[in-house]
Amino acid sequence: MHLLDVSELHTRFHTRSGVFRAVTNVSFSLERGETLGLVGESGSGKSVTCASLLRLLPSPPARIEGNYARFDGVDLLRASDAELRAIRGKRIGMIFQDPMTSLNPYMRISEQLIEPLLIHEKISRRDALARALAMLESVGINDAARRLHSYPHEFSGGMRQRVMIAMALIARPELLIADEPTTALDVTVQAQILELIKKLQRELGMAVIFISHDLGVVSGLCDRVMVMYAGRIVETADVRSLFKSPQHPYTRALQRSIPALQAKGTELYTLPGLPPDLSKPIAGCSFAERCEFATAACRTGESPAVLASAPAHAHACLRAHAGEILTANEH
Amino acid sequence: MSSSDPILELRDLRTHFPMERGLLFKQLTGTVKAVDGVSLSLARGEVLGLVGESGCGKSTLARTIMGLAPATSGSVWLEGVNITAAPATGEARRALQMVFQDPFASLNPRLSVGEALAEPLRVHRLRPAAEIPARVAELAALVGIPARSLGKYPHEFSGGQRQRIAIARALALEPRIIVADEPVSALDVSIQAQILNLLAKLVRELGLSLVFIAHDLSVVKHLSDRVAVMYLGRIVELGSAADVIERPQHPYTRALVSAVPRPDPDGERARQRIVLAGDPPSPLNPPSGCPFHPRCAYALDSCKTTVPPLAPYAGREVACLRVAEIS
Ligand SMILES: Nc1ncnc2c1ncn2[C@@H]1O[C@H](COP(=O)(O)OP(=O)(O)OP(=O)(O)O)[C@@H](O)[C@H]1O
Ligand SMILES: Nc1ncnc2c1ncn2[C@@H]1O[C@H](COP(=O)(O)OP(=O)(O)O)[C@@H](O)[C@H]1O
Ligand code: SF4
Ligand code: SF4
Ligand SMILES: [Mg+2]
Ligand SMILES: [Mg+2]
Repeated sequence: MHLLDVSELHTRFHTRSGVFRAVTNVSFSLERGETLGLVGESGSGKSVTCASLLRLLPSPPARIEGNYARFDGVDLLRASDAELRAIRGKRIGMIFQDPMTSLNPYMRISEQLIEPLLIHEKISRRDALARALAMLESVGINDAARRLHSYPHEFSGGMRQRVMIAMALIARPELLIADEPTTALDVTVQAQILELIKKLQRELGMAVIFISHDLGVVSGLCDRVMVMYAGRIVETADVRSLFKSPQHPYTRALQRSIPALQAKGTELYTLPGLPPDLSKPIAGCSFAERCEFATAACRTGESPAVLASAPAHAHACLRAHAGEILTANEH
Repeated sequence: MSSSDPILELRDLRTHFPMERGLLFKQLTGTVKAVDGVSLSLARGEVLGLVGESGCGKSTLARTIMGLAPATSGSVWLEGVNITAAPATGEARRALQMVFQDPFASLNPRLSVGEALAEPLRVHRLRPAAEIPARVAELAALVGIPARSLGKYPHEFSGGQRQRIAIARALALEPRIIVADEPVSALDVSIQAQILNLLAKLVRELGLSLVFIAHDLSVVKHLSDRVAVMYLGRIVELGSAADVIERPQHPYTRALVSAVPRPDPDGERARQRIVLAGDPPSPLNPPSGCPFHPRCAYALDSCKTTVPPLAPYAGREVACLRVAEIS
């Protein structure tokens, strides 16, 4: 059985200006110990996908529908509040984009760290504090014993992000969902945090969903990558084939637009136009307006389905499936 | 002045901020040495990249060049003229224009794009009134904003388009140097590419010089001729982009380069990373001697007392006492 198995997830926001389709028909699964990267430009639905799984979105305006989202057999979409509470913060840990919004500024770090332990485990306050201290040390907070009782504002941005990681991991979750945990940090601090996540993952055997818009970060950390565009999955593959032979034109465009993969000084590929307005219906492929390969057939009917093109590689481009688009290596 | 003279020169520039406590009776509690002895020169048509961790003084250096932050000591020379004390928006600095990270904050929400581009032309009397519309259209075309969009307001544009408008507005004043402070950091990769291409085109076609601040080393390498690495208010390494980013010599630059994740799954897994311990120290309380010594794997006792000067080494300049032994 998969650790996580999501089938046909849809999330819509019902707002005054219309129904906004933030996530459409997202299906994927995750094994124990596996790291899945979720990439795509801002607004593509990465955060909403993960927040929907944990039912963290305010409803209204959010409306979540789907076949199921099973975590170790429990359907998160239909679980009772009590069942969800037993899973969130205990079996699934979360790190959010902005540490300051998810740390309580009026509560000492120590209290925030031991809270999930006191709720979910039969543990004395003393033992919980000992675990909190050990956790702070393992996320690389110098002088942890003295810092344990500080307030969040006494920490730098990088330290707060490490505290967030400590909070997410202290209950030894089976799944960690990390939403751009290093985007706001310097590369040197980012490197520390990524090494830490890898180390803890090895030690705890946990699965990770890692959201990022940085292809570099994803390439070093993830086993498998899922690319989102306009609320849909457009390509999913093991990390090596995604970088070596991207199939979907959007994935290819992303790679051609980053300087790290291009020779110095060359003109970078730029996508024309903008992502589509998700409050309007889209005929056919949602990438068609910006796709250099689009034909009339791409703009009609249903949105192309995500279909396998090779073992462990699937994508949603009609023309690549028909063999009409050569991959980079075949040029 | 010959054309090989630097267009911009910074001589031992320092920008210190006093830290005060108390409302009525101000008490000096310390000094933030945000920029602490920077000497640099920029050639005509050159792109100089400026990199370093958050808080190391990049923006303060840019603001000091622009006259937006007062220099504590040292001087800024523009085409051979000392402009250190000249007002930020005066004629003396017109050849020097700045582009910021957040284009929304730098554009007036109540001015249409056409008005935003016409305003500097009028204020500085750069064109007779009759020629302004044609010049506005020319500026818009230069940055790829369609003429039919000139009546729209900033909120009607995407982040990348707003940044192009901000660049066009800077270009309206016919600068010879643009100082761009993280102009692509807030943009998605696919949009970032548009701005990078645009900046490269402006340097190429208009012969502009560019000081380009960014924290993404691959972006800096792509665009820059030379790169300066800053740490706690000082330049620690300065050289050609290829030398500094592909063959770094200063221990800090080495760590910085090795921390950058590369979009190459096999390379990333094989790579030995230098992970720096701790956060960058506070500029309020900088370490003695070499500012990098508390995080440096090569530090000796002498590093705690001697400030290393920026000195020539291996075809670039490096501020490290032990650089010859390390490499
Ligand atoms: N007006 C000011 N008063 C006091 N301190 C200041 C002031 N402006 C900047 N500083 C301090 O000077 C140091 C350098 O700041 P600066 O904004 O130049 O850094 P930066 O390198 O641009 O960082 P980032 O990458 O985060 O943009 C920081 O410690 C900052 O807090
Ligand atoms: N509470 C909300 N109400 C309306 N729209 C929302 C809400 N939260 C997110 N969205 C929209 O859903 C889309 C997907 O957002 P998000 O998942 O945060 O993108 P990403 O994480 O990929 O940057 C965005 O266009 C966003 O504006
Ligand atoms: S289906 Fe058509 S429009 Fe969509 S990505 Fe493929 S070629 Fe482009
Ligand atoms: S001078 Fe000393 S402490 Fe500074 S970088 Fe060189 S070896 Fe390290
Ligand atoms: Mg997000
Ligand atoms: Mg700055």
